[in-house]
Amino acid sequence: MKVQRYKGTRDLAPQEMADFRRIEEIFRNYCLQYGYREVRTPLIEYLHLFTSVGTLTPGMLGKVYSFLDWDGWSGERVVLRPDGTIPVARFYIDNLKGLARLFYVANMFIFDETGKKNRERWQLGAELIGAGSPAADTELILLCQDILRKLGISGTTLKLSHAGFIKAMLGGLGLSAGEQHRVFDQILDGNAAALAGVRLSNPKLAETVFSLLNTQGKSAGFLRNLKSLLASELPAAMLPLDDFIRVTDLLDALGVQYEIDITSEAGFEYYTGLILQFFAGEDKLGGGGRYDDLIPAMGGKNIPASGFALYLDRLMSLAVKPAAENKAKRVLINIKSGEADAILQTFKLADALRGAGYIAELALDGQDLANFGWTIDVQGKPLCFIINNLINGRRFEAESAGGLLKILETENAGKNRPA
Amino acid sequence: MPVRIALPKGRLLRKTAALLQKAGWGLDEYTSRISFYRPKSPEFPDLQIKVLHEKDIPIQLAVGNYDLGICSRDWVEELLVKYPSSALIKVRDLGYNQSVLCVVGKSNAQAETRIVSEYPNLAESFALKQRLGGFRIFPVWGAAEAYPPENAELALINVKSEAEMAGMTMVDRFLDSSAYLIANRDSWEQKDLGKIVESICRQIDSEEKPLALTGGSVEAVGQTLKPETDTIWIALPDGHQQQFTVDLLKCAGIQIDDYPSETGNRRPELKMAGVKVKVIRPQDMPQQVANGSFDLAITGRDWLREHLYQFPASPVHELLNLGFGKVRMVAVVSNEVPANDVAGLHQIIGAREKPLRVASEYIQIADRYVRENHLSPYRVIPTWGATEAFLPDDADLLIENTETGRTIARHNLKIIDTVFESTACLVGSKDIGITRAKRERIQTIVNKFKAAVEV
Repeated sequence: MKVQRYKGTRDLAPQEMADFRRIEEIFRNYCLQYGYREVRTPLIEYLHLFTSVGTLTPGMLGKVYSFLDWDGWSGERVVLRPDGTIPVARFYIDNLKGLARLFYVANMFIFDETGKKNRERWQLGAELIGAGSPAADTELILLCQDILRKLGISGTTLKLSHAGFIKAMLGGLGLSAGEQHRVFDQILDGNAAALAGVRLSNPKLAETVFSLLNTQGKSAGFLRNLKSLLASELPAAMLPLDDFIRVTDLLDALGVQYEIDITSEAGFEYYTGLILQFFAGEDKLGGGGRYDDLIPAMGGKNIPASGFALYLDRLMSLAVKPAAENKAKRVLINIKSGEADAILQTFKLADALRGAGYIAELALDGQDLANFGWTIDVQGKPLCFIINNLINGRRFEAESAGGLLKILETENAGKNRPA
Repeated sequence: MPVRIALPKGRLLRKTAALLQKAGWGLDEYTSRISFYRPKSPEFPDLQIKVLHEKDIPIQLAVGNYDLGICSRDWVEELLVKYPSSALIKVRDLGYNQSVLCVVGKSNAQAETRIVSEYPNLAESFALKQRLGGFRIFPVWGAAEAYPPENAELALINVKSEAEMAGMTMVDRFLDSSAYLIANRDSWEQKDLGKIVESICRQIDSEEKPLALTGGSVEAVGQTLKPETDTIWIALPDGHQQQFTVDLLKCAGIQIDDYPSETGNRRPELKMAGVKVKVIRPQDMPQQVANGSFDLAITGRDWLREHLYQFPASPVHELLNLGFGKVRMVAVVSNEVPANDVAGLHQIIGAREKPLRVASEYIQIADRYVRENHLSPYRVIPTWGATEAFLPDDADLLIENTETGRTIARHNLKIIDTVFESTACLVGSKDIGITRAKRERIQTIVNKFKAAVEV
């Protein structure tokens, strides 16, 4: 029977791994420059961490990989991490206090019935815990934009919504607490039509709300219009709208372009304030938002927080590929004699080349020359290195590793010279 | 390709047999008296009929072993709620054997809610829908109604009347169930099942009214019972181990009332101060002792082993071998298989493309047996009884317990290996977090049993 890869997962081939690491590196560098510090939480967590109200929507909970592990006699289920924010919040509660800027690179597991989408998804996430100001939300948006720009992904759209505003609207429609939850979850699962079919005690407001769910704005002005429209009918929406306006004012001042789209496929019930999503065309590149109630709901102190995650798998297919690897730094060493001394010299030479910043490989069976800029033949007594520049076809000889390195340096410095 | 249909054993058998009788199938061998798994219908001579445990039917249809099946809706939903993409279609409500799957007991708003059920997937779906923050699901083989309020806050149980709710409050009417005709999706799309389906559907009575049961407010929240720290809970087995247990208790000088109970009472009274008893399934006992619901239990070494294979860190251990209820755990193949031992089976499967299908009620024991014997590739098919019916068409190997081997021989099967021998045993927990008074009480009872066994 053929050995198969588990459905819905992917292997990352060497070239894909190189892309993966490059994107990860760009993400890490920006996070570090913004003052974020890296954390790594376990792949496996207790299921109950994700099941309370205010964590994941039921739509997402129905797709987590949960099971009874070796300790499962207690009835306690465990889960392969379906989300990055909740474990980081747990980590924060256990270990930190005050302001914390944290980031992570981690894989998430969500079941996909078709087996066509990835069930293992890599995310680049950043969490800003302990800050509740619009400046904090704006910092995350700018960090995200810097990363996407550096990756060379053009034409990205930033879409904004506000969980507090959505909740205020649902509250104003006279839905029961249970229905509010259900509809909120469905809106977060991307179902704008969730309100249809719900019995509403305030049909007039409902009409306004329906049309709002389908309109989009592009500036703080749009939100001010909403504010004046709803001021008398929906006073509960004023506070969240003010918060929303403060963030968009900042973004307007910084010249950051965005669209306001109230329905959002966010999937996380823990959002309380701004919800942000980045798109490239139809492709969602990532998203995040403010989750001020999550840490208190998990037993921590009353600490505000917000964060985002970028989907590494999507970025890999969209990021601009770097120029091909520099062959001039790759050297293949052939051992031309079976003498012990020659073999010893070969290993020493490889070590010297690596010390000087070259990638040095010993020629073994089936080596493809296409990847190399140089080959070196090592001969025994008397010791001699025959150097072939595969880029320009020139040939040299050296008697010592030091002499050889000098030749490589000189040649590489003038590598554009014609042969 | 002949059409294959799976018919239920157990609670649906009588009415299903009556329906098919009316439809003129002439299934003389489909009665509750005979454990015969392949009845023939003179009306549909090409139809391949298999009698299976009801709970196995949706799974067997979903994997494509049968085209049609009759079982109750609750088992279909139990499969679909966890595996919504299963290749299963609910064809028609047959209307009979109505029951209600309901949540009884009292949910616990503050602390963790323990839910006991034969339907763990539906129980989990209930907990998630209710957004219970902390919950634990305890899957059981049966007797779920016996657990609340002491050993669980809620139970998801199947009832036909309020009397079956054992005096508990209904928290949620979760699902109305009745017998259903179901089909494998591919068979439904590609095969001509028309005559069979028509012959069954023609006999359906007009819609019966839904069962009247009261209750069903999810807000019914209560306080958790304070555990009585010094009381000992003992789990006694239901089923055919009961008589042995009665004898043992008598020998140990322990008096018990209403066990075995004619009325199905699961709380007989033990004449010993500070000791309480519940009657549950032996299969469920190791886990219930592990999680502290019971302090002592009389179960089988087979079920203890099954539990410890799954949860090696479990605190449950054997305190005493009780000696009765001796069975052998055996590896069984069809007489048609040209192998008389594991080595022979090895040779046969080495030449096959398909994985070895291993059916068993003992999933962990079966899994370890095939793994340790390197019989791979393999798949373990969990079953809920009547496992002999699976060979040779729906499985290649069984891991089964047997007393005499006669049932196995009667079904044209043969034993190729003995995995181990099992007897009844007394189990307890290594958990040391109990009071001294309780520990002493436990020791007194263990000593009484020990003396009785040594007689």
